[in-house]
Amino acid sequence: MLDRIAKAQHLIDEACQTLDREITIMEVCGTHTVSIFRNGIRSTLPERVKLLSGPGCPVCVTDQGYIDAVLELTKRDDCIIATYGDMIRVPGKAGSLETRSSNADVRVVLSSEDALQLARDNRGKTVVFVAVGFETTAPATAVAVKEAADEGIENFCILSGHKLVLPAMRALLSGMNDRVDGFLCPGHVSVIIGAGAFREIVDDFGRPCVVAGFEPLQIIEGLAEICRQLSAGQPELKSIYGAVVTDKGNVAAQDIIAECFEAADGYWRGLGKMAQSTLKLKEAYKRFDGFERFGLDDVPGEDDSGCRCGEVLCGLIEPKQCGLFATQCTPQTPVGPCMVSSEGTCAAWYKYGRRD
Amino acid sequence: MANTEPERILLAHGGGGQLTNQLIREKILPHFKNASLSELGDSARLDLESASICFTTDSYVVKPLFFNGGDIGKLAVCGTVNDLAVAGSRPVALTLALIVEEGLELRVLERILHSIGRTAQQNGVSIVTGDTKTVERGSADGIFINTAGIGIRLEGAQPSLDKIAVGDRILVNGTLGDHGMTIISQREGIRFESQLESDCAGLADLTCSLFENVPGVRFMRDATRGGLAAVLNEMVEGANYGIEVSEADIPIKPAVQAAADMLGFDVLAIANEGKFVAVVSSDAADECLRRCRAHPLGRDAALIGEVVPSQDLPLVELRTKVGGKRIVQMPYGRELPRIC
Amino acid sequence: MCLAIPARIVELDADKAMVDAMGNRFKAKTTLLPEAKLGDVVLVHAGFAISLVDEEEAKKTWELFAEIENFEKTQNKLSG
Repeated sequence: MLDRIAKAQHLIDEACQTLDREITIMEVCGTHTVSIFRNGIRSTLPERVKLLSGPGCPVCVTDQGYIDAVLELTKRDDCIIATYGDMIRVPGKAGSLETRSSNADVRVVLSSEDALQLARDNRGKTVVFVAVGFETTAPATAVAVKEAADEGIENFCILSGHKLVLPAMRALLSGMNDRVDGFLCPGHVSVIIGAGAFREIVDDFGRPCVVAGFEPLQIIEGLAEICRQLSAGQPELKSIYGAVVTDKGNVAAQDIIAECFEAADGYWRGLGKMAQSTLKLKEAYKRFDGFERFGLDDVPGEDDSGCRCGEVLCGLIEPKQCGLFATQCTPQTPVGPCMVSSEGTCAAWYKYGRRD
Repeated sequence: MANTEPERILLAHGGGGQLTNQLIREKILPHFKNASLSELGDSARLDLESASICFTTDSYVVKPLFFNGGDIGKLAVCGTVNDLAVAGSRPVALTLALIVEEGLELRVLERILHSIGRTAQQNGVSIVTGDTKTVERGSADGIFINTAGIGIRLEGAQPSLDKIAVGDRILVNGTLGDHGMTIISQREGIRFESQLESDCAGLADLTCSLFENVPGVRFMRDATRGGLAAVLNEMVEGANYGIEVSEADIPIKPAVQAAADMLGFDVLAIANEGKFVAVVSSDAADECLRRCRAHPLGRDAALIGEVVPSQDLPLVELRTKVGGKRIVQMPYGRELPRIC
Repeated sequence: MCLAIPARIVELDADKAMVDAMGNRFKAKTTLLPEAKLGDVVLVHAGFAISLVDEEEAKKTWELFAEIENFEKTQNKLSG
């Protein structure tokens, strides 16, 4: 392993010399954020290479309107709210799923299948599945919706918070943060959508895109490949995660997403309204849409807490530049989702980095 | 009489009357035969060889009650034995207070008592006095246990945070994360079959061997809740040194790492019940390691790091397998599994 | 949010599987991977297998996976 690391570091050093300027690389996957921190990868890179975390944490980019809609449901005693663990502590306007006293039953699940099983086992209540995640997780939700439809399980619905990675990358490069020189592309999103999906970023914006997994060696070699391309002045699409990623991706998963969902405009925390960037249920499956069933909307409200999650999510500031970081905003007393989510940039800085 | 014997614990078993006496004499005492206990006095009278003692207490509320590698009874003995052991004493006597939930099956209680008796015997401690209470259904998860323990301080063994100095080495007696991941694997909603096994064990024999034979054992703590990360952070709090550990040197079973990876846990913050973290002088390091590895509870012992000068803040840093560096913070309470 | 590790399918009945990762066994569904067979190594995420794993590539990609042959031989014993 050490020789592979040395080789990678050599490529990175070479790029720094050739380009003679700061190199900014962004990853757009919360799991990459955590792995980079946990493995201390920043400390292995030269000063000139800046790693930015982008809007890759699905919990962090879920806007407050969505969370408040979920919290609305806690007032009802005819619901079971089934959610992935990460969402439990995200603060809305008045508390979180964890802290708020709830008439509804709130359960942490590991899979959409668990949520569906809750519906089968509790016919007297409606199970509402808090469906958050990018393309990696959307197929799992789609399978559950389809099974609910096939079996006639009417006491099941979802609140779709699923988001698409590419529109966010495009939005960043088109204005929000065009300083990014290259992208480390998310390994498991690529398993589903295929490495080829990122080709348009290379073609339209001329940025290197390298798909990598989450082991530290994968990340270091991914960064080295981006640097090599920058040195050569030839941006390309490349995948080093051939163990599981193909150019086309998982077609069965793509098909099931397409069967149940369609792209829609939606709100991302920090990035505002983005066209065709979220998934909502198609007409044929509309009866499983929790927003419609309960008459909820997820229009974001005003946030005057001083929270700067939005800028952190676009890689415009580092957590320590937010006045609330490690003072009012800590994992125990989070103000924004970047601190509460286990994959949030602020949480990662707090947990693995210096707080001063 | 056999046909009036209830199969489950009733509230009356904690009432201090006939049923309580019957429970104690017939079900509890037989597991702990010793002179002090047999008197059944309000207090145990002990004649100790020294007035220099260590004294500790702990309560045990683990769920599930039975797990791979142990149970709440074994834990209740080992946990307290280990608190005495790492303080540089030889454990001799334990109290045993039981708070039993109404409705607990008697045979479950007996299994636990048998385990306590056996574990106590294996670890050379006597259960010298106890108490039994019952609470209403729903007020306890089957059973809660408290044990308090007395140990005789070993001559010359004065482990203390004050003794830690730059250049000292960090020693652990084996693989980390075994207990916590075993418990998590059996928790409702996460349950998975595995070969994981708790490392629950009493360490006094091993720790006494170190304290009595190797000068230079500066400090020791058992790495229970919060794991290695908590212990190391406690050590540097307010200190004028830091600690650096090397990821490649930390022993972790592949199955434990795989389970932690699947659920998003950090093994360094996971509980252990048969592991200590010791700070030893650099001269004593090799001898300590040798002694550990020669002992059944220390076969996978490793020197994992050292005490270093502190730059500005006293920090615990990890040198990662890829040559990076990152901080190990005090874990913040409950580690919830990351889901996906 | 993309936690997934490679695991081998040790039981398979229609799309319901039991997978094994270093001795830890979990339930997973193969609905998204209809071509998966008993004995295949798959990537499991949120209770679903989402990709087949090339074992040779896996050894180069995951440090823990590289140990899998040793593990399967010694059955998780670190010391003698």
